[in-house]
Amino acid sequence: MALALLRREGVVAVGAGQAAAAAAIALFLLLFLITPVATVIYVAFTEKGSGAFTFVNFYDFARTDLFVRSFWNSVYVSAMAVVLASVFALPLATITTRFEFRGALLIQTLGFVPLIMPPFVGAVAMQLLFGRNGTVNLLLDDWFGLKIPFMEGLNGVVFVQAIHYFPFILVNLSASLRNIDRSMEEAAQNLGCSGFRLFRRVVFPLALPGYLAGASLVFVKVFDDLATPLLLNVKDMLAPQAYLRVTSIGIADPMGYVIATVLIAVSILAMWASAAAMRGKDYSTAQRGGGGLSQRRMRRWESALAYFVVFLILGLVLAPHLGLLLLSFATIWSYSPLPDGFTLAHYTRVFGESFVYIKNTVLYASLAGLIDVVLGTAIAYFVLRTKLVGREWLDWAASAALAVPGVVLGIGYLRTFYGVQLPGGQPLATLWIMIVIALAIRRLPYALRACYAALQQISVSLEEAAENLGATKARTVRRVVVPLMTGGILAGFISSFSTAAVELSATLMLVQSSSDAPLAYGLYIFMQSPAGRGPGAALGVIAVMLVAACAFLTHLVVERSQGAQGLSS
Amino acid sequence: MPEIVQNEPVRVRGDALQPLGVRVENVDLSYGANHVLKDVTLDVAPGEFFAFLGPSGCGKTTLLRLIAGFNQADRGRVLVGGEDVSRLPPWKRDVGMVFQSYALWPHMTVWRNVAFGLEERRLPRAQIKQRVAEALELVGLSHLADRRPSQLSGGQQQRVAVARTVAIRPKVLLLDEPLSNLDAKLRVQVRRELRDLQQRLGITTIFVTHDQEEANTICDRIAVMNEGKIQQVGTPLELYQRPANLFVASFLGAANILSGEVVGAGSDRAFRLGEVFLPIPPGATIPPGAKLVFRPQDVQITGKGSGAFSGTIVHREFLGAMTRYGVRVGGTEILIDAPFHAGDRLHEVGQEVAAMVAPEAMLWLAS
Ligand SMILES: Nc1ncnc2c1ncn2[C@@H]1O[C@H](COP(=O)(O)OP(=O)(O)OP(=O)(O)O)[C@@H](O)[C@H]1O
Ligand SMILES: [Mg+2]
Repeated sequence: MALALLRREGVVAVGAGQAAAAAAIALFLLLFLITPVATVIYVAFTEKGSGAFTFVNFYDFARTDLFVRSFWNSVYVSAMAVVLASVFALPLATITTRFEFRGALLIQTLGFVPLIMPPFVGAVAMQLLFGRNGTVNLLLDDWFGLKIPFMEGLNGVVFVQAIHYFPFILVNLSASLRNIDRSMEEAAQNLGCSGFRLFRRVVFPLALPGYLAGASLVFVKVFDDLATPLLLNVKDMLAPQAYLRVTSIGIADPMGYVIATVLIAVSILAMWASAAAMRGKDYSTAQRGGGGLSQRRMRRWESALAYFVVFLILGLVLAPHLGLLLLSFATIWSYSPLPDGFTLAHYTRVFGESFVYIKNTVLYASLAGLIDVVLGTAIAYFVLRTKLVGREWLDWAASAALAVPGVVLGIGYLRTFYGVQLPGGQPLATLWIMIVIALAIRRLPYALRACYAALQQISVSLEEAAENLGATKARTVRRVVVPLMTGGILAGFISSFSTAAVELSATLMLVQSSSDAPLAYGLYIFMQSPAGRGPGAALGVIAVMLVAACAFLTHLVVERSQGAQGLSS
Repeated sequence: MPEIVQNEPVRVRGDALQPLGVRVENVDLSYGANHVLKDVTLDVAPGEFFAFLGPSGCGKTTLLRLIAGFNQADRGRVLVGGEDVSRLPPWKRDVGMVFQSYALWPHMTVWRNVAFGLEERRLPRAQIKQRVAEALELVGLSHLADRRPSQLSGGQQQRVAVARTVAIRPKVLLLDEPLSNLDAKLRVQVRRELRDLQQRLGITTIFVTHDQEEANTICDRIAVMNEGKIQQVGTPLELYQRPANLFVASFLGAANILSGEVVGAGSDRAFRLGEVFLPIPPGATIPPGAKLVFRPQDVQITGKGSGAFSGTIVHREFLGAMTRYGVRVGGTEILIDAPFHAGDRLHEVGQEVAAMVAPEAMLWLAS
C-alpha cells in the first residue's frame, strides 16, 4: 500500500517535472518566436495611427510598382536558383551515389563547402571572377572578344544563390538515391528497361521526395535572403525592400511589416506545396531480402565524361572560395584576371582590429547552438517518449521557425522588444543576448531534426531496462538517453553553430554597435566599400576556416562516440 | 501489313508457348576472395518446376541472379533454350525474375507495375491493356489494379510481383524465395497457387528456397546446394531415398547418422557402435570411412530377435500421428519414429527396448 502510494507520487512528480520543463520551453517559444512574428503580422493588418483592422496596407503594397516588381523578381530569382542548383546537384548526386566512382566521398564533402560561407561573401568573390570585368570575362574578351553577363542584375543573384544553396538539393537527393534498393532497378532491368529510361521511370521518381525537400528549402532560403542582393546592388527584391523600408523609414512604417508578412506567406506556401507534393510518397525501399544499393561500374568514356562534369561543377561551386582566398592576399585586384600582387597586410589588419567580431561570433554561435540542443533534446524526448499534453504543439512551433525569414524575425524583435526598457533605460532589443536568441530560434529546426534522428535510433527497451533496474525517469534520461544521443546532439550543435556563425539576415537588424557585432556583420560592413574588400576577404577566409574546423572536429567526435557504441560499421 | 509484324517483337509468343530449357555450364563465381559458386553445372528441362535448395549463404540467390544476368561468372556459361546468353545484359535476356522483396515500385499503381515490362517492349496500347488484365486475372487481383503496392497485403504484393513478371511472357521464370515474406499459413496456400500457375503457363520455372518442405511439395526436381556446390539433383523421392552424401541425407528430413567401425568379414560383418553390434545386411557395399544412415521411421521397436539391438529410451516426443523416441544405443542416441494408432501404449522414458533397422533402409554414405 505504502509502496503503491509512493509509486503514484513518483509518477506525479515525474509528470510535474516534465510539465514544468515543457512549460518553460513553451514560454520561450511564445516569447521569442510567436510573439514577434504575430506582432509583425498584426502591424501589417492595422491602420497606422488608429490601430484599426485594415487591408489597406496590402492594397498599398499591391499598388506600388516597386513592391510588385520586387515580388516577381524574388519569385523569379528563387525559381531560377532552384533550376540552376538542380543543374549542379543532379549530376553530382547521381554520379556519386549510383556509380562506382572514386572520390565520391570527397565530392560529397566538397559539395558542402559552399554552405559554410555566407552567400554575400561569395558574391564579392564571384564579382571578381565572373563580373563584367572579372577574370573569366577578361579572358573571354581577350580570346573570343565576347563577354557573358553572368553577374548582371538578377542573373548575379541567381548565380550566387544557386552556388551557395545547391548542397541542400545535393544532400537530400543523394540520401534518397542511396535509399533506393537495388532490386527496384533490377526488377526494371529484368523487364527490359535500361539506361536513361530506367533513370527516368524508376530511379528519379523514387528520389523525387528527396529532391523536392531540397528544392523547396532552396526556394525559401533564396526568397528570404537579404544580404546577397544588397551586396550585388540589387534592391528591387522583397527581402531587401523590407530591410530598407524599416531601416530608412523606421519601425513605425507599416509597409515593412506588409512585406515581411508576404515573405512569411510565400515561405509557408512553398513548404506546404512541397509537403503536399510529397504526401504519401515516403518511398523507403530498403527492404527485407533486398540487396542494398547498386552501384554500376562505368565504362571508360562514361567515366571520363563523369570526371569532366564533376570537375566542372566543383570548379564552379568552389570558385567563390578560391576568389575569396586570392582576394584576401591581393594588393590590388581590378580589371585584371589575377591580383597585381600579394600581401599579408589584410590578415594583420583583421587580426588587429576585427578580433572582436571573431570572439563575438564564437560566443553567439556557441550559445545559440547550446540553447538549440537543449531545447531540441527536450522536445524530441517529449514527442517521442512521453504522452505530455500539447507536445506536438512544441514540435510544431519549433519547426515553424523554418518558415520565418530572418528579416521578419529581426523586424519582429525590434518592434516587440524596443519598447521593453531595462532598468538602465536601455531597450531590450538592443542587448547582444537578443542576437543569440534570434540565432537560436532560427537554427532550432535543424537541431531538432538531428535530436529526433538520434532519439529514434535508441530502442525504448534500453530505457525500460534502466527503469526496471530502479532508475527514475529523470535519471534514465541523464544516464542512458543523453549519453546514447551524444552523437546526434553534437551533430545538432554543429549544424546550429556553423550556420549561426555565418547568418546575417536577422542579425543585420539587431546589431546596434560594432562592438557587439558578429563576423557576418563585420564582413558585410567591410564588403560594402571597395577598400574594405581585402580585409573583408581575410575575415571571410577566417570565418570559413573556423566553421570548417568546427565541423571537422564534431565529425571526429561523432565518429568516435559512435564507434565506442558500436553504431558505426 | 509488314509494319504490324515488325511492331510485334519476335520474343512475344502466343499462348501456346514452347517451354525452353536452361543449362548452366561449369560456372565459377567469386566475390573478391569469397568463392561463392564452384564449378556449377546444371540442366533444367523445358517446362520443369525446378528448385535450388540449400542452407542460407550457399549461393542460391547468386546462381539465380547469374541466370537473370545480374551477376557475371568468372568462368562458364549460361544457356537458355540452347542459346548462350552469358554476354547479354539483364534487359535483353527475357528471363523473368520475381524478387524476394518483390521490388514493386511504390510510385506506380498495381496496374502500372504490371504494365511496365510491356511498355518497355513497346507493345501497342490495346495489347498492353489486354495483357495486364490477363495477368491480373491470372493471379486474381483484377479488382486491386488501382491500388498502390503499399496498400496491399504481403500475399497480394507477392501475386502482383508474379503477375508483373509473367505478363511479359518470359522464357523462364525465376523465383527467389517468393514465400519467405509470408506467414506460415499463407505460404502453403500461395505455393499451391504458384504450382497451379506454372502448370497452366507451362513455363520453365526455377524456385529458390531453403525450406525442404516447400521444394518437396511443389517442385519436379531439386538441386541441393551447399557451400557453392551442387550436391545432388533429383526428384524429391530420389533425394530422400537415395541421398548422394551425408549433407543431402541430413538436409532432407530427419536422419540417424552413426559413425562406427565395420568388424568381421563376409556375411558376418557387423557395425560396431561402442559395445553394440549392428548386423550388416549381406551384399552391402560400404565405402571406406562411411557412416551408417537411416531414417527414424525405418527403425522398429520389436521384441528381441535376430538383428535386433537394445537400448534405453532417454526422451519421448508425442507428435500425434507418431511418437519420436530418443534411444541410447552404445554411446550414441538414435531417433526412432513409431506410428501411433488408437489404443497403442507408449513406451516410457528409462525403459529398455529392442529395436531393428530394416536392412533395405540402411545407407552407407561418405561425407
Ligand atoms: N554482393 C556481394 N558481395 C560480396 N559477397 C556476396 C554478395 N552477395 C552475396 N555474397 C556472399 O555470397 C554468398 C552466397 O550468397 P547468396 O545470396 O547467393 O546466398 P543464398 O544461398 O541466396 O542465401 P539465403 O538463403 O540467405 O538467401 C554468401 O556468403 C554471401 O555473403
Ligand atoms: Mg538468397
